[in-house]
Amino acid sequence: MSENKGLNLTLKVWRQKDRHSKGQFKEYKVENISTEASFLEMVDILNEQLINTNDPDGPVAFDHDCREGICGMCSLFINGRAHGPDDAITTCQLHMRKFKDGETITIEPWRSGGFPVIKDLMVDRSAYDKIMQAGGFVSVSTGGVPDANAIPIPKADADEAMDAAACIGCGACAATCKNGSAMLFVSAKVSQLALLPQGKVEAAKRAKAMVAKMDELGFGNCTNTGACELECPKQVSISHIARLNREFLKANIKD
Amino acid sequence: MAQLDSKIPEGDLKDKWKNYKEHQHLVNPANKRKIDIIVVGTGLAGASAAASFAEMGFKVKAFCYQDSPRRAHSIAAQGGINAAKNYPNDGDSVYRLFYDTIKGGDYRAREANVYRLAEVSNSIIDQCVAQGVPFAREYGGLLANRSFGGALVSRTFYARGQTGQQLLLGAYSALSRQIGLKNVEMHTRCEMMDLVMIDGRCRGIVARDLLTGEISSHFGHCVVLATGGYGNVYFLSTNAMGSNGSAAMKAYRKGAYFANPCMVQIHPTCIPQHGDFQSKLTLMSESLRNDGRIWVPKKKEDAEKLRKGQIKASDIKDEDRYFYLEERYPAFGNLVPRDVASRNAKERCDAGFGVNSTGNAVFLDFKYAIERLGKDVVEQRYGNLFQMYQKITDTDPYKEPMMIYPAIHYTMGGLWVDYELSTTVPGLFAAGEANFSDHGANRLGASALMQGLADGYFVLPYTVQEYLADQFNVPRINPKENDAFKKAEDDVKAYIKKLMDVKGDESVDSFHKRLGHIMWNNVGMARTKESLETAIKQIQELRAEFWKKVHIPGKADELNNELEKANRVADFLELGELIARDALHRNESCGGHFREESQDNGEAKRDDANFMYVGAWEYKGENQEPELHKEDLNYQFIKVQTRNYKTGK
Repeated sequence: MSENKGLNLTLKVWRQKDRHSKGQFKEYKVENISTEASFLEMVDILNEQLINTNDPDGPVAFDHDCREGICGMCSLFINGRAHGPDDAITTCQLHMRKFKDGETITIEPWRSGGFPVIKDLMVDRSAYDKIMQAGGFVSVSTGGVPDANAIPIPKADADEAMDAAACIGCGACAATCKNGSAMLFVSAKVSQLALLPQGKVEAAKRAKAMVAKMDELGFGNCTNTGACELECPKQVSISHIARLNREFLKANIKD
Repeated sequence: MAQLDSKIPEGDLKDKWKNYKEHQHLVNPANKRKIDIIVVGTGLAGASAAASFAEMGFKVKAFCYQDSPRRAHSIAAQGGINAAKNYPNDGDSVYRLFYDTIKGGDYRAREANVYRLAEVSNSIIDQCVAQGVPFAREYGGLLANRSFGGALVSRTFYARGQTGQQLLLGAYSALSRQIGLKNVEMHTRCEMMDLVMIDGRCRGIVARDLLTGEISSHFGHCVVLATGGYGNVYFLSTNAMGSNGSAAMKAYRKGAYFANPCMVQIHPTCIPQHGDFQSKLTLMSESLRNDGRIWVPKKKEDAEKLRKGQIKASDIKDEDRYFYLEERYPAFGNLVPRDVASRNAKERCDAGFGVNSTGNAVFLDFKYAIERLGKDVVEQRYGNLFQMYQKITDTDPYKEPMMIYPAIHYTMGGLWVDYELSTTVPGLFAAGEANFSDHGANRLGASALMQGLADGYFVLPYTVQEYLADQFNVPRINPKENDAFKKAEDDVKAYIKKLMDVKGDESVDSFHKRLGHIMWNNVGMARTKESLETAIKQIQELRAEFWKKVHIPGKADELNNELEKANRVADFLELGELIARDALHRNESCGGHFREESQDNGEAKRDDANFMYVGAWEYKGENQEPELHKEDLNYQFIKVQTRNYKTGK
C-alpha cells in the first residue's frame, strides 16, 4: 500500500450557473489531501470548504451515487481525460495517489452536443435513456417465458454478450469522441442482444430503431478513431461497433 | 398492544400462494386503463413492478432521484441471485431454499412469505434469461451456479461480479420499453416528499424536482414504495450516496408501521475504513468466500508487527495462521452466514489480532485458491473484484491477501407489510429492501436480488389487483383541484422553508457524520442496554442541534444538493432513534441484532419465549414515543431450532 501523504493542490473547476448561462473556470486551493482519498472525496472536501466560507457560487454541483464504479452516474473530464488519468475505472474509483503534490488539476463536465450542461459539472444524459426506449430491450412481458435452460447458449457467446453488457451508460464514449458519437453505447446493447438467441428475434428492428433515435438526438457518426474504447471505464470494445454496423446493414438490405 | 393481521391465506404452506392466486379478485383489461399506479423508486423491485403493471395495462407513474432508472443502487450487487432450480443436482428444492432463508434469518421471518419467495425464485431466472441477461454459463451452454453463505448447495446464478447490474438493466430495459410505449410516465431526478391521504387511503404523492426545486403533486389509485434500505443512517455504509430512508419515514409519519428497524446487516467482507474524509465503504462480494480463506495471526506479536508494517502476511507461516471460521464452524467454514462472519471478525480484532494500521481488519487470502486452481481460474471468477480492490487499496490481491472488515450493508427492517405487501396504510404498498418481509433478522447472500424481483415481477402484480378490484370506478383526481393535495403541497413547502430558515453554521454532512458515529459505536455490531440508552439520548440532542444549527446554502427553488441531503439527514435523525429504541426493547440476540447481554460463549442467544414476533412501531407524533405492535410468528411447518453452522446436521 502506498504511503499516506498530504497533497496541496490547485483546482481549476468549471462553474456554470445553469443550462443557459455562460460558464467559466474558477480556481480553488485544497490542502493536505490524503493520497488514500478518492477523487470525489477530494471534491467533497472542496465543497465543505465552499459551504463553510459561504462561497458566492456555492458548492460545486456534480453527479455521483454508488461510488464503486458501477452506477455510471459520475462523469468529469479530469486534466483532459474522461474519468481522469487512470485506465479502466470511473471517476469515483480514481484515487489521489495518481496526483502529485503542488499539481494543478483541471475539472470539466462532459462536453458533447448530446449532453447539455445542467449546472457546473452536471450534464443531462437523458438522451441515452431515450435511445434505450427506442429499442434497447427484448420485447417479452413478465411471465409465460420458457425455462432458463431451454435454450443452451455457447459460453463464448454468453461471455461476449456480457463484455458488451458491462456498459454503465456513463457517456464517456460520446463525451470523448471528436464527432460526439454514441456508437459505442448503442453498439454495446445491440451487440449484447444480437449475440443471444433471446435477442436475435428482433435484432434488425432494434438496430434500426436505436440508430435512428441516436441520429435524431444529434449524436455524430463513428470514424473509427477508437478514442471511446480507450476511455471506456468498462473497456467495451469497438468490435461491438463493427457488429452494430453489420446488424444495421443486414436490416437495411432486408428492407 | 394490538396484534397485526398478516392476512396469510389458509391451507398447507405449499398451497397458500396458489390458493391466493386462484381466488383473488382481478381487474378486467378495459378497467385497468382507468387506473393509475404510482411507483416510487426504480431499482430491482420498483422497475420490475412498474414494467409489469404497465404490461398488464395499468397506467404507471414512476419516480427516481437519479438521472436514470438504470442507476439505482441494486446495480451495485455483485455476487448473484438465488433460485431453487437444482440444476447442479445437489439436493436443492423450493423447501430447502425456504428452510435456509428462515434459518439464516434466525427464525424471525414469516413462513408464508418466505415460502412464496422460494416458490417464485425459479420464474425470476426464466424471466431474466428471456430478457437477455447474460448469466454465466458452462461449456455445454447451460447456466452455471456457485455457492453462497448459509447454504450447503450451489443455487446462486451470477453474471461475473456484476449480477445486480445485469438484473437491473434487464428490469430497466423492460421499463424502458413501457416508457417508449407511453404506458409509464417516468420522472427522473425527482424525490418523493410526502404521501397524500384521502378518506383514509393513500392517493398520491408530493414530489420535488431536484433540478428546479419545483413541488408537484401526482395522483395514483395506489402507491408502491420501492425506495430501498436505510443503511446510510450510519453515514458510512456500502449504500450509494443518495440511498435514503426518507420515503419510508414519510410513510411512517402517515401511519405506516415500521417493522424491526434494529435488524441491520453488517457485511463481513468490505474494504476497511482508512480516514475521516471517507464517504462510503466498498463491499467485496460474498462470493469471494467460496475460494478465499479468512484468517488472522495466532500470535499477538505477529499481529502487532503487521499493524506497524514490519512484516507482511506472506511472512507468517501456515501453522501460525488462525483460520478461525474454518476451525470454529467446520460444517460451513468460510461460508457461514454474514452475521456470524462479521461478529467473529470483530471478536478477533477486539482481542488484538487485527492486521492493518487501525487494527480493524482480517485477511481474506486467495493464496490457497491460486495454488489449487491456478491464477487463471481465480482471475476468471473474481477478476473484476480483484481489480476494484487493487484500484482502491493499491495492493495486488493475487500477491498479498485482501484486508477486510465488516460494514453496514443491508437493512432487513423496513415498512411492515402483510402477505399482500400492503403496509398498514390502505393503498400503500412496499417492495424490495423498503419492506421488512422476508429476511428475518439476517439476510442470506444473493437473496436481496431474489426478493426485489420476486416482489416486483411476481407478487405485486397479483396483490395490487386484489386492492384495485373495487377501485376502477374511483375517478382520477386532478391534484390542482383537490384540497388534500393542495394541503399536502403546502405542508411540504412549509417543511422545506423550515429547513432553509435554520440558517446555522454547520454543514449537513457534519451532522450526518456525527449521527453515523453515534450509530456505529452504540447501535453497531454489539449492543448493550447502556449503549442503546446513550444512543437515544445523544441522537435526541443531535436532532435538536440540527434544527438550530444546520447550514444549507443556496435557495429552495433551484438545484440544491445540500437541501436534498438535509431532508434525508433530518429523517435519518429520527430513524436512528427508532433503530436504537427497537434494539433496546429487543432484549435478545438474533441474526444481525446482537445484544451483549444475550449470548452463549459469543454465539447469539435467541429468546423465543419472549421475542418470537415482528416488532412494528407506530408513529405517535413529533418527539413522542412510538407505540409497539406485535405480529407473533407462528411456525407451523418448520421446526424452530438454534442455528448451528458447526456440524451441518
